[in-house]
Amino acid sequence: MSAPTTTPHPTGTAGGSTTRRRRRGPRTWLAALPLLVFTALCFGIPLGALIFGAVTRTDSGSGVTSLTGEHVARSLQGPYLGSLIGSVQLSVLTALIGAVLGVLIAQAVVTSRSQGLRSAALTASGVLANFGGVPLAFAFIATLGISGVVTQLADLGSLDWDLYSFTGLAVVYLYFLIPLMVLVTVPALDGLRPQWREAAQNAGATPWQFWRHVGLPVLAPSLLGGFVLLFGTAFAAHATAAALVGGSVPLVTLKIADALSGNVLTGQENVALALGLDMILIAGLVMAVYLPLQRRSARWLR
Amino acid sequence: MPRPSGRRAAVLLGAAVLTALTAACGAAPDEPAAAAGAGGDAKTATSAAAFGGVEDLVAAAEKEGELNVIALPPDWANYGEIIKAFEAKYPKIKIKSENPDASSSDEIAAVKSRKGQDRAPDVLDLGIAFARSGAEEGLFAPYKVEAWDRIPAGQKDADGRWYNDYGGYVSIGCDAKRVPVCPQTFADLLKPEYKGKVALNGNPTKSGSAFGGVYAAALANKGSFGEIQPGIDFFGQLKKSGNFIPVESTPATVEKGETSISIDWDYLNAGYADQFKDKGVDWKVAIPTDGVYAQYYSQAINKDAPHPAAARLWMEFLYSTEGQNLWLKGYARPVLLPAMTTDGTADKGFVAKLPKVEGTPAFPASAELDKAKATLAEKWDKALS
Repeated sequence: MSAPTTTPHPTGTAGGSTTRRRRRGPRTWLAALPLLVFTALCFGIPLGALIFGAVTRTDSGSGVTSLTGEHVARSLQGPYLGSLIGSVQLSVLTALIGAVLGVLIAQAVVTSRSQGLRSAALTASGVLANFGGVPLAFAFIATLGISGVVTQLADLGSLDWDLYSFTGLAVVYLYFLIPLMVLVTVPALDGLRPQWREAAQNAGATPWQFWRHVGLPVLAPSLLGGFVLLFGTAFAAHATAAALVGGSVPLVTLKIADALSGNVLTGQENVALALGLDMILIAGLVMAVYLPLQRRSARWLR
Repeated sequence: MPRPSGRRAAVLLGAAVLTALTAACGAAPDEPAAAAGAGGDAKTATSAAAFGGVEDLVAAAEKEGELNVIALPPDWANYGEIIKAFEAKYPKIKIKSENPDASSSDEIAAVKSRKGQDRAPDVLDLGIAFARSGAEEGLFAPYKVEAWDRIPAGQKDADGRWYNDYGGYVSIGCDAKRVPVCPQTFADLLKPEYKGKVALNGNPTKSGSAFGGVYAAALANKGSFGEIQPGIDFFGQLKKSGNFIPVESTPATVEKGETSISIDWDYLNAGYADQFKDKGVDWKVAIPTDGVYAQYYSQAINKDAPHPAAARLWMEFLYSTEGQNLWLKGYARPVLLPAMTTDGTADKGFVAKLPKVEGTPAFPASAELDKAKATLAEKWDKALS
């Protein structure tokens, strides 16, 4: 935010060097203790319950709980496996497209140097990135569904347009993923100093060479971070897909909802927990790729 | 209001104090006898007679003063009016309605996770599979309402742990303004003129009515209660021809015309017809003759109900002529409808408005239902994607 302030900002470089030299004693973690306790309670307990439920079975008659790999095994078979694959496919595809388009829009906003455009784009992105769930699904049904306004006007039906398919769902997801990418990459693009570009130009580099050797390498972790965020958002989305495609595009979140809170299948709760565990593992894998890269170039972008 | 004179005020005040004192003295000795009638404890009473009669039950329930219900949507099968009618009849009992849109598994989860708490649900309205599995797990209190003998044998647990309350038939709702000729059978739905029009009320692995739709389609295509595969194949065929749209039909999509043909319970479809009459939607309801399938929901009492007497009184109310007719008013078919038609207590006006259907409904056995669900969970995704 560009609110006018009367106190002078501490200069970035001086601040950086002093923080790096701060004392790393045994007492520093003590200050973080409340946070650690909070994390342990609010994330640890549910996670523990999830893992416990995923690997145990309680006999309804005798009430005896025993260890079993049955739920996890079932969560990796048949339609459950299909839903995991479907979710990963949809999330990777939409996160890739969303990341590319989001960066292009963010770059346009940053280079335009128009303050009006910038605040308008950022405000709109902030709103749209949080527009999801059933309202979004219904908005799309009303505009791009079979009897939707745009479908009728543009005669999309003859072009084989189908909102209730994998492609349709991807378009709906991009509606909130692209603004999300714009939001997270504008600060990174701002951090790309004009001096670097000027220096490259003075040394005779073409714009392409500047991006190839300076711009993209510096931005890479931020872009990857944006991709990971988009992947996670798409991976965890549920309500929009539930209202739009029901069971015809297999997604893991829909399967969990079916098993956990349905009116049809009984006794599937533990398989749902096992599916949740699978989701955590997949998200963990993605994060494991991202974190080392993020650390590598964070130093360029302070 | 005129101010009472000093002397009158003093008399009034004295009277009020006296009343309060006597009330306080009178209340104390009653406490240990709470929720007990002449016949014993409400928690274990298996019928109103065993408790000492309905009047004792009313007294005990009024003493409890509350009833926790869960998953009763006010716009579903007329539950809004049923709750109001109960509160009007027993003004001393306050109904706490929790999470009206909850599913059957949410209800069972609430029973298990709030065992021994005051907030636990007292009574449950469950899908049949959850009524059966819950009874096996020993979650419900056996109780036989006064109308017990009139409930058909196929629609109740012999021990009274659950019994069906109301239900309906799988029906085809159709927006006659957008669809020139409304489909009457499952076979009709395959016609090319219904391209991009046929919807279910959700995903059949989650929604009970969508599951009923697949079951009915199976019956229409040489399937049986144990063999649901032909129904899955039927929807696979509908999807391939482009007739099926997977969007979940809701009042909003019906009104918008997106789901201009919706397979759903007849009481919901008939309710839409009323709801949308003045919004320019001419909603017609047909029960497909080639796939007649009825399904009922079941009532059960939580074994650890915090208000056991009120729970039993609620059951008596639901299975009274008044309660049954209130469901009928919401186009649902109450379980006592055949008996009430015979003895003339069913409201004829409401009966006349029900969609027409021939014959008596048949119900799958537990094993058949389990098999059908397993098949559906395994095969639905593949057939539809």
